[in-house]
Amino acid sequence: MRVARIWAWITFGIGAAYFFIPLIATLEFSMRMRRGEYSFDAYRIVLGDERFQATFGYSVVVAIFTILLGVLVVVPTAYWIRLRMPQLRPIVEFITLLPLIIPAIVIVFGYIRMYGSNSPLPFLGSARGTDVLLIIGYATLALPYMYRAVDTGLRTIDVRTLTEAAQILGAGWATIIARIILPNVLIAVLSGAFLTFAIVIGEFTMASLLNRPAFGPYLQNIGANRAYEPAALAVIAFAITWGCMSVIQILSRFAPRSASAPAN
Amino acid sequence: MAETFLSIQNVRKAFGATTVVQDFDLDVGRGEFVSFLGPSGCGKTTMLRIVAGFEEPSAGRVMIGGKDVTNLKPNQRDIGMVFQAYALFPNLTVAQNIAFGLKVAGVAKAQSDGRVAEMLSIIKLPEFGDRYPYQLSGGQQQRVALARALAPKPKLLLLDEPLSALDAKVRVSLREEIRSIQKKTGITTIFVTHDQEEALSMSDRIVVMYGGKVEQVGSPFEIYNKPATKFVANFVGTLNVLEGTVSNAQSGRVRIDKKEIAIKGKLNGSKTGDVLSLALRPEAISLGRRPGNDATLSGEIAEVHFLGSVIRVRVNLGNSAVSLDTFNSPAAPPPMVGDKAEVSFKAGDVLVLDG
Repeated sequence: MRVARIWAWITFGIGAAYFFIPLIATLEFSMRMRRGEYSFDAYRIVLGDERFQATFGYSVVVAIFTILLGVLVVVPTAYWIRLRMPQLRPIVEFITLLPLIIPAIVIVFGYIRMYGSNSPLPFLGSARGTDVLLIIGYATLALPYMYRAVDTGLRTIDVRTLTEAAQILGAGWATIIARIILPNVLIAVLSGAFLTFAIVIGEFTMASLLNRPAFGPYLQNIGANRAYEPAALAVIAFAITWGCMSVIQILSRFAPRSASAPAN
Repeated sequence: MAETFLSIQNVRKAFGATTVVQDFDLDVGRGEFVSFLGPSGCGKTTMLRIVAGFEEPSAGRVMIGGKDVTNLKPNQRDIGMVFQAYALFPNLTVAQNIAFGLKVAGVAKAQSDGRVAEMLSIIKLPEFGDRYPYQLSGGQQQRVALARALAPKPKLLLLDEPLSALDAKVRVSLREEIRSIQKKTGITTIFVTHDQEEALSMSDRIVVMYGGKVEQVGSPFEIYNKPATKFVANFVGTLNVLEGTVSNAQSGRVRIDKKEIAIKGKLNGSKTGDVLSLALRPEAISLGRRPGNDATLSGEIAEVHFLGSVIRVRVNLGNSAVSLDTFNSPAAPPPMVGDKAEVSFKAGDVLVLDG
């Protein structure tokens, strides 16, 4: 028993070291910009850089629109599949997994060929159109995470009975989704939203090939030309991702509790 | 029956090659409480869902208040429904749940608040408006579900096995409460259950279903005392079924286990030599001869079950057996297994079962 416990701690220690040592090393390196002492100079430079502010701001806006698009597409789809077409579920799950299999570079080349300025849908003919295409592309990339999060949320409620209860009380589809389904899977939707946010903030391939001023290409550019600032940026990006995860954890405490396990 | 309010006409429902409801015909009077009773898979819930609009009938039509609603969506039918699984909205408080239908209908807030308070008082939970469903017991949740269904003042109330998820004690008190609220509001109600006791104690009329078909429609008294088919007789209440052979059709004599009894007028056209299924309720049989009982059979006591105020005795009668109930009396010891015994009954209480 005692020996098993010691081995468990050793395994945990190795895993933690594998995870934390590079992180600590990156943090330590990012603070060595000033010779002979630790400082936050690299962070000051990065955060003060106009391009950082512009690209980060751009990526945040794109992430918000991506989340909205993802919610609008995924919530009704997952709801409908669960309610009326459960036989299609394996097919939809396969489709939502495709972005994990098909590299982003393939998708973006497809976009460039399909939506060029001479095509019937000339997204690439203007900067705004390209932004829209980028948002659609990101929604696709985030699909595996958003769909799974929402589908898991829907699994925790009795979708069919709640829908029928609302219907018989006179509610239409929009009311049912907005007032009953969405609030009950809100935490799951937020989990999907923060994962989407984390993906969009760090994404490089699509933004770079569509030539949009996003945070990913900026990270890559700084990484190729500077010494300490990339480490500071890596730590900042890591903090943002962890912040998102923490928010998911905090929000999940406020999830509506199931009525299926009554008080007594 | 009062004027017809709900009319179900020749409804049939098939899922692929399987027919789950066939030739369902029923008129329900305004304010009537009708139960659909039957075992699992008999089509009672499917029929209720057709009335609600959740299932489309393969044939036939449904009329509510003289209007054909067969092709209307559930949210256009003005029906209230209570589900077996409560189906309260977990994200809304009790008051918000009850107000949901009113809000959807665009009722002004002041009016809606008044109605919610009224409903909370009817279900005797006036202090529970701010609680969430998970903070309530099963019985309380089902009362809230009933209040939610009744709040928009629907024309028709559908109850889909609302008591089956509750424990026995709550079930009894809630069924009395449901019936009293139904009588108070005068709403036409369809109640689906597989529990004969619930159906018998609550209903104005019962529709007994089996294999997608209506076996019998009648008052609880008729269903229990005059079952139309073998299935109804067996499904509702405890029943002793004896095999008898018509020994003289003209004089109405039937032989059961070498003894003859006269059941004139109940042979339904049977001929001498025909084998009949004869049924008797346990409470119609007495242990020993009794004044007024004109038929007697002899046998041996096979089982004795002490049930408190009642003792259930099983008596073997040659090839068949009957169960009967006697009242417990502290002065008289219960019968013993193996004792010889006579059972007597009124020949007029014998039911001859069809089909």
